[in-house]
Amino acid sequence: MKQNEQHLKPTFLDKTLQVLKATFNVMKPSLIAIGVGLLFGFIIMLIFNASGAFPGLIRLLTGGLGSGTKVLGDILLHAAPVILTGLALVVAFKTGLFNIGASGQMIVAGYAAVHIGVLWNIPGPLHWIVALLAGIIAGAIWGAIPGILKALTNTNEVVSSIMLNYIGTYLVVYLVKQNVYNASTAKSLNIQPSAELPGFGTLFGNSKVNIGIFIAIGVAILIHYIFKKTTFGYELKASGFNKDASRYAGMNAKRNIILSMLISGAIVGLGGAILYLVNGTNLGTTYDLLPEGFDGISVALLGLTEPIGAIFAGTFLSYIKQGGFYMQVNGFPQQIIDIIIAVIVYTTSISVAIQLFFKHLKEKRLLKKETSLENLKGGSDK
Amino acid sequence: MTLIVQLTLVSVVPLLIVALGGLMSEKSGVTNIALEGLMLLGAFVGIWVIRELQNATNPLPMQFIYFIGIVVGGIVGGLFAMTHAVAAIKFNADQIISATALNLFAPAFAIYTARSIQGAQQIRFAAAFRIEKVPLLGDIPLIGELFFQKTYLSFFLAIGILAFIWILLYKTKAGLRIRAVGENPQAADAQGINIYKVRYLSVMASGILAGIGGVIFVVTTSASFDATVAGMGFLAIAVLIFGNWHPGRILLSAIVFGFFRTVASAYSSVDFLRNLNLPREFYQMTPFVITLIVLAITSKNSRAPKALGEIYEMGKR
Repeated sequence: MKQNEQHLKPTFLDKTLQVLKATFNVMKPSLIAIGVGLLFGFIIMLIFNASGAFPGLIRLLTGGLGSGTKVLGDILLHAAPVILTGLALVVAFKTGLFNIGASGQMIVAGYAAVHIGVLWNIPGPLHWIVALLAGIIAGAIWGAIPGILKALTNTNEVVSSIMLNYIGTYLVVYLVKQNVYNASTAKSLNIQPSAELPGFGTLFGNSKVNIGIFIAIGVAILIHYIFKKTTFGYELKASGFNKDASRYAGMNAKRNIILSMLISGAIVGLGGAILYLVNGTNLGTTYDLLPEGFDGISVALLGLTEPIGAIFAGTFLSYIKQGGFYMQVNGFPQQIIDIIIAVIVYTTSISVAIQLFFKHLKEKRLLKKETSLENLKGGSDK
Repeated sequence: MTLIVQLTLVSVVPLLIVALGGLMSEKSGVTNIALEGLMLLGAFVGIWVIRELQNATNPLPMQFIYFIGIVVGGIVGGLFAMTHAVAAIKFNADQIISATALNLFAPAFAIYTARSIQGAQQIRFAAAFRIEKVPLLGDIPLIGELFFQKTYLSFFLAIGILAFIWILLYKTKAGLRIRAVGENPQAADAQGINIYKVRYLSVMASGILAGIGGVIFVVTTSASFDATVAGMGFLAIAVLIFGNWHPGRILLSAIVFGFFRTVASAYSSVDFLRNLNLPREFYQMTPFVITLIVLAITSKNSRAPKALGEIYEMGKR
């Protein structure tokens, strides 16, 4: 009996180690990318402020966690829309499409939600639910347009999405000025309290954190399930993997393209509604593209284009952004975070090559070892 | 009328130059949606140099400073584009993703650097580069008034670049090679053309032109650089596609798009347009809507280079 136990224990440990090792291997490209991004950011910090760079980096990594639970709440608040745009990109990537139009879809959805939040009078919890749904529909429509164009006329979805980003941005500025304009702030009017998403900020030092984060995680699990367990998810993946083969197998490739972009847009739309159904977040009237729309690309890539990965990547992104915000205390502009994110995106784009490079290096070292061993042997022979 | 033409030219020039930059890259088979970021970084360094030269105790002649700024912008754009080239050509990266990384990097870097060095992100300079009247040519009736009065050095530069690229692509051996690499790299390789070299040089040329366009855009439309080129890089992609990857048609589409951009900012000073009572956003949106429609109609028989965006694998058939 005792012997048996002793026999069992190491196997359990081995198993955990194996799982950890496997997880590490899966996460390796993301970890490398994050490492390269942070290193690059650190070098830039060193160039401009050598003495402050190290404390700055520490502040960036600890994300002002020392400043109490409010920060934690803020991280979760900002993570929700970022995770959702990441998920939207994941859905598109899996179908072999690149939804670079998240920015436009998000702003259009945000407007739909704000429009209802400001102008409509609906009682109680129904108000924010209707506003959320309006955001989803607006995002879905804006996302479906490039999908339809791609399916029917083979229009490159990247270019049409870029055009729609600008069309959406100008359209929303016009609509805001027309319908929900607050002249004193040059932004949209505040939404009614009943349209705000239910929050639980009291748990987090009066942060504005709300149920958005749970919605985001729920959607991630749903997408994971769809791709893993349903025929529909399988079809989407198949048409992304090999368009011709999937058509040959009797799948409707055109329908799948449209649906994939529509779902992707709907998820972005949900994120856009969640972003703006918070008291104090208003639509601007400058003609700049919404930067949050581009976060999805980094989240999807860092999350290895897996829905569950997007949860962690989105939270991580929100975490270092918060760190960047607090880093301003150390005299570093928070744009250092955007620099780091850009480098992370760049590194993931060449991650296959980087991994090959490391593998090559390893092989070379092994080869060197072998040859040196052989040389040693040869030497002893003589 | 004269005013509209003069103002339109101000928008047309950078659009044309940057779209021609996009053309160089895409003709060799490398997509380049990083034009916005390339413009921005080129403009950032170029404008910085211009300001420093203007603030010198013995400033050089204004046109000379402008020229130096343009050259610096071109160099910066060309070097920055090499990061896209290395990712796309050597490391087989997804070209959209690596280009997106450049677009994310440029504004962040510009703001970070400007704030770190001077505290504020805006770079102000003296907008004193307009040529009121070119001697002799400015006296020609009508044409002189339209093209040789209240104009910029960059206008003549743009004409030169257009002519150069047109001839390069369609009348020289080098241009034939670039086009071959973009259409059928395998066949080009079999002919002994070095695919990688051609693509590196083409992407670099694209970065140089984008950087030049960035400096020109900021200098001719504003008196300060605020870490943005207002979507001109993406508009240039639209110009490129609307121009169906051909220099002549790119010129035409740059004029169309430049006109709409001008109308968007100046419509209130033209009676006819003001009376139409259309919102400003409508004019801003129009070029993008047109591009979307044109894309939808023409994508089936688009003249885009056949190997555009594809990774080149030597053994593939």
